[in-house]
Amino acid sequence: MAEVGLKNVKKSYGGMQVIHGIDCAIKDGEFMVLVGPSGCGKSTLLRMIAGLEEISAGEISIDGRVVNDVEPKDRDIAMVFQNYALYPHMSVYDNMAYGLRIRGLSKAEIDERVNKAAGILQLQELLQRKPRQLSGGQRQRVAMGRAIVRDPKVFLFDEPLSNLDAKLRVQMRVEIKQLQNRLGTTAVYVTHDQVEAMTLADRLVVMNAGVAEQIGAPLEVYAKPASLFVAGFIGSPAMNFLAGKISGDGRAVELAGGARVALADGRFASSAGRKVTLGVRPEHLVQDGAGTAAHFQLAIELVETLGADTLLHGRIDGKGDGLIVRVDGATMVKSGQTLALHAPPGALHLFDGETGKRLSD
Amino acid sequence: MVERRPFSNLLAHLILWAGIIVVVFPVYYTLIASTHNPRDIFNGEIGFLPGGVPTENYKAALFAGAKQVKTTPATVMMLNSLAMALMIAVGKIAISIISAYAVVYFNFFGRMFAFWTIFVTLMLPVEVRIYPTYKVVADLGLLNSYWGLSVPLIASATATLLFRQFFMTIPDELVEASKIDGAGPMRFFWDTVVPLSRTNMAALFVILFIYGWNQYLWPLLITTDATMDTIIVGIRRQIVTSDANTDWHIVMATAVLAMLPPVAVVVFMQRLFVKGLVETEK
Repeated sequence: MAEVGLKNVKKSYGGMQVIHGIDCAIKDGEFMVLVGPSGCGKSTLLRMIAGLEEISAGEISIDGRVVNDVEPKDRDIAMVFQNYALYPHMSVYDNMAYGLRIRGLSKAEIDERVNKAAGILQLQELLQRKPRQLSGGQRQRVAMGRAIVRDPKVFLFDEPLSNLDAKLRVQMRVEIKQLQNRLGTTAVYVTHDQVEAMTLADRLVVMNAGVAEQIGAPLEVYAKPASLFVAGFIGSPAMNFLAGKISGDGRAVELAGGARVALADGRFASSAGRKVTLGVRPEHLVQDGAGTAAHFQLAIELVETLGADTLLHGRIDGKGDGLIVRVDGATMVKSGQTLALHAPPGALHLFDGETGKRLSD
Repeated sequence: MVERRPFSNLLAHLILWAGIIVVVFPVYYTLIASTHNPRDIFNGEIGFLPGGVPTENYKAALFAGAKQVKTTPATVMMLNSLAMALMIAVGKIAISIISAYAVVYFNFFGRMFAFWTIFVTLMLPVEVRIYPTYKVVADLGLLNSYWGLSVPLIASATATLLFRQFFMTIPDELVEASKIDGAGPMRFFWDTVVPLSRTNMAALFVILFIYGWNQYLWPLLITTDATMDTIIVGIRRQIVTSDANTDWHIVMATAVLAMLPPVAVVVFMQRLFVKGLVETEK
């Protein structure tokens, strides 16, 4: 168990910089998720922590020791790969024992550790099988077993669930979380799936184009996204964005289409006239009830029924910006209908029209 | 499927049978001839049925050789061939797997140059470079030796390329998992690369053993001592073109003996051989 510290970590390939200085302190026992679209540098960052990629600049420390020039095997980490990377010619037992044998542990101790890990992961019956005789979920477990037996300071997971089918993915997600809770080992987990990120993370790092856009607890990231990118990336379906500007009195946003959306109090008075992007999550738009003035008339173009919820895709006034609304699954709506919608002031997010940064509230 | 018609079926079978006869008949005739006494063979009286003296002929071929011209017994020649074929097969596999490992997994100065140099030697089989190779072997004093027979044929671009292609299909993550497990380059080679290459090695062994066994020109050139003859060269030496009669019964028996080891290798390694060609165990 250990802290992992990243100080202004950068990575370049030739002249191309792909990671632009990341600072992050991962606490002891914390489950940190690196999330972002493909190509954002999250895997590269993980591989730098593992020691599989060189660090171009900056400093990575594990348990207080700077590991920039330390070999992967000496960093006291264990890694679970996307395609599991099990040794195909070795039995499950040997796959788990291999690293321990190289480290020169006694036969009895190897046996004890492997059996213990097999017990935790319910692999006892499979110890003599070869990887090709295992299902995807079982291989995944073996890969985790190989990590556990090392008793490392840090677990590194590189999209470990993306080769599994949807049902198994949910099950393994739960197992990984429980396992990490039980072992209390610091974990760094890379994924592009924001549901995985939200459910697993103690904290998450949302990455985009080699930059950490936001570091925070899942709910904090959801409730107060630091930038337009984070707001659009976390949450499904994605947040609705509407271009507009803050009115002269700072009490409302005037949308490009002409509608006015009231803001809470007068907190944005100082920003009067500023160009902004207004963000509101599909689940926070409410159908206009009694007493509240409708902000939008949404002409519905498409209805997606998910069962518990229904997603309505439409356009403001039938011609303006596209908008998605999540309503209760019991709501009966048909495309072609018009729906009056209201965006509560408390659920609005404002982002600077130019930089895309969140306007503090 | 093409529509089945009796006539085209018949035609197809006729062609197949014709092919089989062309291939099998000489082998059969050799086998038959090796069981007759020399007089019958010489008079052309052997027909298509086995003769009465198989044991005598094979005993003579194995332990005495031909009489009309003095030749080495087949046991010695087969031993020579076996040594040469094994050294070539094992040597080629060993050198190729190591050089392919270097070219694929190590980033050293001149890596691509090394690779292309190996690649270019594909265009230089023994026959093309036979004079300089002979000179080198002669200067090294390797004439009439097993080393002289095998070493010049060991360097192999084909096997190197085959291993290289196979190594490139081994996922990078396996290398990385090994690194994290603490395995250095040598351990990764022995613990992962070699076991995974097992079927490829078996397939190569079959091909290379037969290649080595069937060498004719090179052994003919560098062995002058009859006790160093390989069996392929030896058969040719037993055939006399003037001044004496050829011991055809011995020639035929020796030819049959020469066929046995390659057949045995194919039969025993067939399972692995086919696996190596079709299966990827990853």
